[in-house]
Amino acid sequence: MDLFSNLALGFGIALSPFTLILAVVGCFLGTIIGALPGLGPSNGVAILIPITFSMGLDATAALVLLTSVYYGAMYGGRISSILLNIPGDEPAMMTTLDGYPMAKNGRAGDALVISGVASFVGALFATLALALVAPYLARIAYKFGPAEYFALYALAFATLGGMASNNQAKAALAAFIGLAIALIGLDNNAGFTRFTGGNLHLADGIDFLVAIVGLFAVAEVFVFIETHGKDTALGIKLGKVTVPWRDLWATKWTMLRSSFVGFIAGVLPGAGASLGSFMTYMMEKSIAGKDGGFGTGVSKGVAAPEAGNNAAAGGALVPMLTLGVPGSGTTAVLLAVLMTLNITPGPTLFRDRPDVVWGLIAALLIANFVLLVMNVPMVKIFVKILMVPPAVLLPGVTMISFVGIYSLSGSYFDLVLMILFGVVGWAFRKMDIPTVPVILGILLGYQMENNLRHAMTLSGGEWTYLFSSPIAAVLWIAAVLGFVAPMFLRRYLKKPQLIED
Amino acid sequence: MKTDRIFGVVVILVALALIASAYNLPAGNIFDKLGPKAFPIVIGTGLIISAVFVVLRPDAEPDWPEMRTIGALSIATVVLIAYAYALRPFGFLFPTAIAAGVLSYQISPRKVPAILTGIGLSIGLFVVFKYALGLGLVALPRALMG
Repeated sequence: MDLFSNLALGFGIALSPFTLILAVVGCFLGTIIGALPGLGPSNGVAILIPITFSMGLDATAALVLLTSVYYGAMYGGRISSILLNIPGDEPAMMTTLDGYPMAKNGRAGDALVISGVASFVGALFATLALALVAPYLARIAYKFGPAEYFALYALAFATLGGMASNNQAKAALAAFIGLAIALIGLDNNAGFTRFTGGNLHLADGIDFLVAIVGLFAVAEVFVFIETHGKDTALGIKLGKVTVPWRDLWATKWTMLRSSFVGFIAGVLPGAGASLGSFMTYMMEKSIAGKDGGFGTGVSKGVAAPEAGNNAAAGGALVPMLTLGVPGSGTTAVLLAVLMTLNITPGPTLFRDRPDVVWGLIAALLIANFVLLVMNVPMVKIFVKILMVPPAVLLPGVTMISFVGIYSLSGSYFDLVLMILFGVVGWAFRKMDIPTVPVILGILLGYQMENNLRHAMTLSGGEWTYLFSSPIAAVLWIAAVLGFVAPMFLRRYLKKPQLIED
Repeated sequence: MKTDRIFGVVVILVALALIASAYNLPAGNIFDKLGPKAFPIVIGTGLIISAVFVVLRPDAEPDWPEMRTIGALSIATVVLIAYAYALRPFGFLFPTAIAAGVLSYQISPRKVPAILTGIGLSIGLFVVFKYALGLGLVALPRALMG
C-alpha cells in the first residue's frame, strides 16, 4: 500500500523529538489563541508567521508548528463560544447556539468535554481522509493547464465571495481590490515595475504578510478600541469537569455524520469551516426535529458544529495542498506560509517534496491526540486564560505583529503599510466588505495573471481557449453558480444570529 | 447609503487611473501574447463594474462611531506610526512600553493598569523575543549603548 509507506515516511519525520516538541508547542499556543476572544485561527496564525520565519526554522518544522497552531485554534475557539458567547472566529459561531445555553444551565464542563471530543473526532476523520484523498486529487491536478488554473482561481473567488458576504457586489469589489494590489511592483516576466507611482519601496510589490497581519491582527485592535472591549466578562462558573459518557455515546452518530459533511464542505474551494459548521448544525437540527430542543442547550447541538468545523479545517487543506487554492481565510493564511517557505503547493509538491506533505500529515495526526489531552483533561488551564483582559491582550498582539514584520523586513515602510491595512480592515468591517477576498486576491493575483498570460500565449491570443477544455468549462460553470446561487438561496439559508442574554 | 456611494465613486476613479496607466505599458509580443497591460485592464474593469453596483444599490449606512471614539482611533493610529519609526533609533523597551500603554488606555481608560500593562508587555515580550526565540532586538537607544 502506497498510503502506509507514505505514512511511515511521514512518521519518520514527525516522530523526531524536535518536531514533536514543535507540535506540542503549536497545539498549546493554538488552543490559547483560539480561546482568546477576538483571536481565531486566521489572525492567530497570521501574527505568528513572521516570528516563525525570523527564527529560521526549516520548511517542515515551520509548517508543523503553524498547522498545529491552526488545528489548536480550531479546537480552542469553542471555549470562548461556550463560556462567553463570543466566537473567536466565524466557524466557532454555531457552537454558541447550544454551547452557551448549556453553560448557563450549569453544564459548562459537559459542553466543553463534548465539544472537545467532537473536535477530535472531526479533526481525526478529516486528517485520515486528507491522507486518502489528497494523492488522488494531486494526480487529477496534473491534467490542469494554465486555462484550467485560471478557471480554478475564478471559482475560488466566486464561491468565497458568494459565501463570505451578504452583498455580492461588495465581495466582488473586495476580490478585485486584492487583485489590483497584487499588480503593484515588478511585472511578471517583462522586468519593469508597474503602478508604483515611482515609489522605490513599492518596486518589489506589497508583501502579502504585511497585508494579512494588518487586515487580520491590527484591525482587531481598532475594533476593540471602538467597543472598549466591554462584552468579555466571564459570567459563567465552571465547576468540576467530568466526562459525560452517556452524552458522548448518544452523540456518536451526530459526530460521525458531521465529520463527513464537514470534510466535504471543507474540500469545496471557497467554502471552508464556516460553511462546515453551519451545514452540520442545520442538518442535525432537522434530523432531530422539533422535539430535539436545538438552541436550548443540547449536547448534539454542541457536537455537530464542532465536529463539522474541525473536519472542514482538515478538508480545506486538500485543495490548498493539491491545487494551491485555499478554501477559506485561514487556509489563505496557510498558503501564505507555504509561499513564504518557497514551497509551491500543487501536484508537484506530492512528487517532489513527499517529506513535507507526509511529515505534515503525520504531525497533524499526532497533534490531534495532543489536542484531545489538552482540551479535555486540561481544559481548565485554558479557561483561566480567558480572564486576560483585552486591554492587555490587544496591545500585546499589536506589539507581536510589529516585531514580526519588523524582524522580517526591517523596513519602516512595511510597518506603516501594515497600520494602513489595519485602518482599512476596520473600515471595511464597518462597511460589511469582506476582507478575506482581498487577502486571496493579493495571494493569487500573481499566479492568476501568469496563467492567463501563458494560456493566451499557448492559444495565440484566442480567448475561447480559456473555456475550451471540459475541466475548465465545468469550473467556470461552477464559478458562476457558486457566485449567483447564494443570492437566491439567501432567503432560505438565513444564518441564525447570536443569542442575546 | 452615503458611505457606500462615496466609496464606490472613489474606487471608480482609482480604477480609471489604473486603466489609464495600464495603457502606457508596452504591448505583448510573440513570447508573451498578452503582455503586461491586459490583466490590469481586466481588473480595472472588474473594479468599475462592482463599484457601480455598490453605488447604485448601497447598503444601509454603517453605524460610524461618535467623534470621541474617532479621536481615540486617530490617536491610536498616530501612536502606532510613531512607534514604527521609533523602534530602530530608540530600541525596543521604551517605545514599546509607551505604545502598549497608550493602546491599553484607549481600550480600557484606567491609568495605572495601562501604565503597568505597557511596562509589563515591553519587558515580557523583550525577554520572550530575545532569549526564547532568539530575535535580534536592541533593548535601549543606540546613543546609550555606545
